[in-house]
Amino acid sequence: MKINSRHIITLFVLFLHTALLAETIIVCKNCEFTNIQEAVLSAKDFDTILIKKGTYKEINIRIDKPLTLLGENYPVIDGEDKGEIITIYSDNVTIDGLFIINVGTSYTSDFAAIRVVKSENFLIQNVVLEKLFFGIYLEKSNNGRVFHNKIIGDAVEEFNSGNGIQLWYCKNVVVEQNIVQHVRDGIYLEFSDNITIRKNISTNNVRYGLHFMFSNHDLYEDNVFENNGAGVAVMFSKHIKMYNNTFKNNWGTASFGMLLKEINDAEIVGNTFEANTVGINIEGTNRIMYRNNDFIGNGWAMKVRGACYGNHFEKNNFLYNSFDISYNSNINDNIFKSNYWSNYSGYDLDKDGIGDVPYRPVKLFSYIVNRTPEAIILLRSLFIDIIDFSEKVSPVFTPAELMDNQPQMKRISYDSN
Amino acid sequence: MLKILKYSCYDLLRSRWSYVYFAFYLMLGTVLLFLNNDLSKAVITLMNVIIVLVPLIGTIFGVMYYYNSKEFTELLLAQPVKRSSIFLGQYLGVALSLTLSLVVGLGLPFAFYGIFNSAAMSEFTLLLVTGAFLTLIFTALAYNIALSNENKIKGFGYAILLWLFMAVIYDGVFLMSLIAFEEYPLDKFSLIATMANPIDLSRVLILLKLDISALLGYTGAVFQKFFGTNFGIVISSIMLVIWVLVPTYFIYRKAKKKDF
Repeated sequence: MKINSRHIITLFVLFLHTALLAETIIVCKNCEFTNIQEAVLSAKDFDTILIKKGTYKEINIRIDKPLTLLGENYPVIDGEDKGEIITIYSDNVTIDGLFIINVGTSYTSDFAAIRVVKSENFLIQNVVLEKLFFGIYLEKSNNGRVFHNKIIGDAVEEFNSGNGIQLWYCKNVVVEQNIVQHVRDGIYLEFSDNITIRKNISTNNVRYGLHFMFSNHDLYEDNVFENNGAGVAVMFSKHIKMYNNTFKNNWGTASFGMLLKEINDAEIVGNTFEANTVGINIEGTNRIMYRNNDFIGNGWAMKVRGACYGNHFEKNNFLYNSFDISYNSNINDNIFKSNYWSNYSGYDLDKDGIGDVPYRPVKLFSYIVNRTPEAIILLRSLFIDIIDFSEKVSPVFTPAELMDNQPQMKRISYDSN
Repeated sequence: MLKILKYSCYDLLRSRWSYVYFAFYLMLGTVLLFLNNDLSKAVITLMNVIIVLVPLIGTIFGVMYYYNSKEFTELLLAQPVKRSSIFLGQYLGVALSLTLSLVVGLGLPFAFYGIFNSAAMSEFTLLLVTGAFLTLIFTALAYNIALSNENKIKGFGYAILLWLFMAVIYDGVFLMSLIAFEEYPLDKFSLIATMANPIDLSRVLILLKLDISALLGYTGAVFQKFFGTNFGIVISSIMLVIWVLVPTYFIYRKAKKKDF
C-alpha cells in the first residue's frame, strides 16, 4: 500500500476526532461519579479520569480501554485487605498520582496494587503504595515506564510478602527513580529483557533489593541498595550491565552486596560495595569485566566459588576489607590487573605508580576458612598473621599465579581515567 | 591484706618499670590516634597490641616481682599476718598497678581525643576491661609459676613459655586440629577451645563487640547463636571471671602449704 496524502489526512482526522472526543471525567464525593469503577465503565477510549482528594474503598478496578487515571492531591484508594486494586488490560494506560493502601494478602494468588497484563505503552508514575502484598506487577507487558513511585511495605517474613516492582516476561520497560522499602524483593525481574533500571533506591527489604532471574540484556545504573536482607541477586542471566550502583550495609550472617550466579558476559563498572559481609559472591560466572569498582570495609570483598573463568578485574579499589578475595580452588583463570589494594605492602622504586612486587590477594587464612569454616574464630590472631606472612613469602596453598602484577601505589580516582 | 596490697602497690608505682610501662601505653595511644585519625580503627589496632602485649608483660612482671620481693615476703612471714593475705595482697598489688598503668596510659590520649562523645566508647571500654582482665589472669598464672619454682631461671623460662603457648602455639594446635577433623562438626569444639585460652577469649570478646562478628556468624547455627546475640558476650565475660578466680584460688592454696 502506498502512503499518500489521503491516508495522512484520514489519519490526522481520526486523531483529531479522538482527541476532541477525549473528555475528562471527574470522580469525587459529590460528583456524578463517586466511584472510580463506575467512572471507568462509562469512560470512552482516551478519556481522562480525574480523581479528587478523598478516600475510595474499592477493589478490582478493571481498566480495559486506553485511559488516564489522574489523582489530584493523592486520593486514597483503600483495598481493605480484600484483593487486587487496579488491573490494566489495555494499551496506552497512564496511572498518575494515586495513594493505594491495604492490598489483600493471599497465599494462592498474587494480589497487586497495580497489575498490567499483556499491555503496551503504559505509564505508572507518582504513585504511593503502602501496606501492600505485591506493588506494581507487570505481566507480559512491553514498552512501558514505571517512574517516581514510592512503595513502602510492611513485610516481615518471606513467605507471606510480595515484591515491590515485579516484571514477568516483559520487554523494553524503564523503571526509574522509584523508592522501594520493606517488601520481599524490592525489584524482581523474571524472563524480562532490555529493561532499564535507573536511579532507584531499594532499602530494608526482607530478601533482595534487586533480583534477576533469566533476564538478559538489561541495564541497571545509579541505584542504591542498602540494608537489604541479603543484598542483590543476579542469577541465570546474560549481558547485564551494572553501572555506578551502590551496595551498602548488607551486613548479616547470610548477606552479601551482590550475588552473581550463572552470569555470563556482564559488565560491572563504577559500583561501590561498602560494609557488606560479602561484597560480591560469584559462582559459575564467565567473562565478566569488573572495572573501577570500590570495595570498602567489607568482610570479604569478593568470594569466588567454583567455575568462574575469564573474568577481568581491572582498576578497582580494595580498601580495608577483612579479606580481599577468597578462592576455593587453586586453579585460576581470572585476570587481576592494575587494582589498588590497601593491604599491599610492596614498594615502588622506579616511581611509576605501580608496585614492583606483585600482590597476592588471596591469603592463606582465607583459604583455610574456605576449607574449614569454623577456623574463622581465629580471625586476627597472632598465629594467623604469622602463617599469612609466611604464605605471602612463598605460596604453597593459594593459587600461585593468582596475583596482581601491577598493583597501584595510590587509590585510583576514576574521574581522571 | 589491704595494707600489704597498698604497700606493694605503692612500691610498684614508685618503681621505674611502672613508669616505662605507663609511658609506653601513653605513646602507643597517642601515636595510633595521630596516625589513624579514626577512633574505631585505632581501637582495632589497639586490640591486636593488647591481646599480645598485655599477657606478656603481666607474666614477666608477675614473676619478676615475686622473685625480687622474696626477702620482703620472708620478713613478712615472720610477722603475725595471715599467709593468704600476704600473697594475695602482693598479687593484687602487682596486678592492680599494671592495670592502672594500662588504663591510665591508654585512657589519657583517648580521653583528650574525645572518646567520651564517640560511638567507639563502648568498644574502647570493653578493650580496657579486657586488658585489665588479661593482666589479672596472667599475673596470677605467673605467680603460680613463681610459687612452684624456687629456681629463678626456670621460673622465667616457664613464664615465657606460658605466654608463647597461649599467644601463638595454642592457636597453631587449635588450627591444626580444626583442619585434621574438618569432616566433623566443629563449631562446639571451636567455641570450647576458644574459651579455654584467655587470649583467644578476649580476642573473640572484642570481635563480638566490633562489626566483624557477622563474619563469624557466617559459619553455622551454633556460631550464629553465639555471635549473633548477647549470649556470646555474657558467656565470654563469665569465662573471663572464672579465668581470674581459678588461678587466684591456686595461689591461695599453694601459699598455704609452701615451705620457706
